[in-house]
Amino acid sequence: MLDLSWLLIAIPLAGAALLLTWGKESDAFGHLIATACSAASFVLGAIMFVELLGRDAGDRSVTTSLGTWIDAGHFHVDFAFTFDTLSSLFVLLITGVGTLIHVYSIGYMAHDERRRRFFAYLNLFIAAMLCLVLAADYLVLFLGWEGVGLASYLLIGFWQHKPSAAAAAKKAFVINRVGDLGMALAIMTCFAWFGTSSIAVVNDQIDTVSGTVATALGLLLLWGACGKSAQFPLQAWLLDAMEGPTPVSALIHAATMVTAGVYLVVRSHDVFDASPTARGFVIAVGLITLLAGAWIGCTKDDIKKSLAGSTMSQIGYMMLAAGLGPAGYAFAIFHLLTHGFFKANMFLGAGSVMHGMNDDVDMRRYGALRSAMPITFYTFGIGYLAIIGFPGTSGFFSKDKIIEAALAHNVWVGIGALVGAGVTAFYMTRMMLMTFFGEKRWREQVHPHESPSVMTTPLIVLAALSLFAGVMALGSWIEEWLEPATGHAVHHDPPLPIIVITLIVLLVVAAGVALAWLAYGRQQPAAEAPADSEVSFFTRAGRAELYGNAINDALVVRPVTHLTRALVWGDGKIIDGLVTGSADRIGEISGELRKPQTGFVRSYALMVLGGALVVLLGLLAVTLA
Amino acid sequence: MTEYITLSTLLFSIGAVGVLVRRNAIIVFMCVELMLNATNLAFVSFARQHGNLDGQVAAFFVMVVAAAEVTIGLAIIVSIYRTRRTTSVDDANLLKA
Repeated sequence: MLDLSWLLIAIPLAGAALLLTWGKESDAFGHLIATACSAASFVLGAIMFVELLGRDAGDRSVTTSLGTWIDAGHFHVDFAFTFDTLSSLFVLLITGVGTLIHVYSIGYMAHDERRRRFFAYLNLFIAAMLCLVLAADYLVLFLGWEGVGLASYLLIGFWQHKPSAAAAAKKAFVINRVGDLGMALAIMTCFAWFGTSSIAVVNDQIDTVSGTVATALGLLLLWGACGKSAQFPLQAWLLDAMEGPTPVSALIHAATMVTAGVYLVVRSHDVFDASPTARGFVIAVGLITLLAGAWIGCTKDDIKKSLAGSTMSQIGYMMLAAGLGPAGYAFAIFHLLTHGFFKANMFLGAGSVMHGMNDDVDMRRYGALRSAMPITFYTFGIGYLAIIGFPGTSGFFSKDKIIEAALAHNVWVGIGALVGAGVTAFYMTRMMLMTFFGEKRWREQVHPHESPSVMTTPLIVLAALSLFAGVMALGSWIEEWLEPATGHAVHHDPPLPIIVITLIVLLVVAAGVALAWLAYGRQQPAAEAPADSEVSFFTRAGRAELYGNAINDALVVRPVTHLTRALVWGDGKIIDGLVTGSADRIGEISGELRKPQTGFVRSYALMVLGGALVVLLGLLAVTLA
Repeated sequence: MTEYITLSTLLFSIGAVGVLVRRNAIIVFMCVELMLNATNLAFVSFARQHGNLDGQVAAFFVMVVAAAEVTIGLAIIVSIYRTRRTTSVDDANLLKA
């Protein structure tokens, strides 16, 4: 069974192709086909995972080649997939959470007339994402990498009748292209130095090249990862991406696609192991994004944007962990999995709330939804406990491990991660209090109601996973499981005993929760957001997404716009001027030459005579001289 | 000797001016013949002066060419006259830019 990796991808791909080409007759059952494809892929993935479990640790990697993709001179690319311990976890996450979100979308998109197309895109996304994580070659990975980018673009702009959604899709696509440039350059670097882009070969032979090459390759890979994972400095697209339908935000922009960058870093771990400089950059990027995302999450009143800030921040944690080297890879992946569960859970919960509130996303108009939507409240609450790291929940294990490893690496990095945990507790508590507690601040004609069971069932499953996924950390199972793929981890002892660190983390988290309660629980939040002039600089900056868009505009968009205008002017005036100008000159000269052609024989005769005289005089002059 | 060349130059100039100023194709034609015969006179005069036959041979060639040219030229003039009812060279001016 383990050589069936290709089938995992083929099933949802076939689903997408079927739904996109089948006509309107399939509107009635298209969503069921898509869900079945995703579920079939999950079942196959689960069987393969179990088979992998039964193998010896050294034998848990199966590479299957479908044949040669490119064979040109010295460049040879096999269309090959690797099913190993790392990719198997991803397969389960993508197809598992993916299937739950398919089910949820049946209810969420029930009244959308383009529902079949939506499900086709979801299937396309699942296929592309599986291609990304199963690829055995950077070029095959790039195929999936671009595929998820396309699916993300199509789904962010799914409600294309809204100009804001179309613009957000375009923005996500363009910023992702910037990251893809780094990825493409990384693949070219691989080819230039190793003569191949096979992931295994590049990682095996990284020690044979100089440290500079390893650093360059690492930084290029990080550049690609930053674009896809919305990390600083390519983070600006993620908040706008919330224009897409909420299930899309949950699947693509929280649980799976945006974690592709973390996957890339972990998958290329030998490259980063060979270059401490590149690892340092990964840590820096992770730390900056983790704090920036948390800051933005604190100030947004739009529930989805606040969650998006939180996603950025949590992926920052994963990046940070991945940058810590062998000690952090397993924790990065562990946090990625638990985050996939609780963040998908909360996004779907937010979708359920919006569903009941006539698609209003402003948390200032929520309040007291606890009794109106009990299932959503409890499942969201479990996600909340998991993300702030309440003891016993999955987030408690995964985030604590990262903070411990960060403290062991460098005290300041550890303190940064610790502060992030406190801020996370603050903004999540704020979201919880504004949405489910306090007094009703609903708009008129809004009658919140619990969502149908097709939507709440996935919520319950994801809530259970958020609660119990921590078992993967028991007895260091996840570290041992990932060891064949990420190398042996040598743990350094943190500067403090682990139990002390855990207590400090809990203290910081409690402080965050308490602060949020003082600000939003004890007193009612205003039903209308205070104007920018009335709030502190801290809030203003967060609302403006830390001026990321303004900086992009000033540094890139405006200069490029001016450059384009200058080029268009140059093209019109100089290039076109030369071409049309020379044509005009030739036309004028011919016009002048036409004039002697009068058609009168006698004038021709005069010219002949004149010419003969000139020749005669010339001859005379030559002879006499 | 000079008298012959002077006469030849005079005849040639009369012919050339006639070609340039007259409109009637027949007259223009006659002027061309005049120019040809002026050159013939010059050829023969120079041949006599230098005492070899080259110039006289050239004069015979010119006569032959003139005869052929007359044949074709008259044919063209006749056909133009048939279609246009005129022999003015200024009326046959379609070949202009």
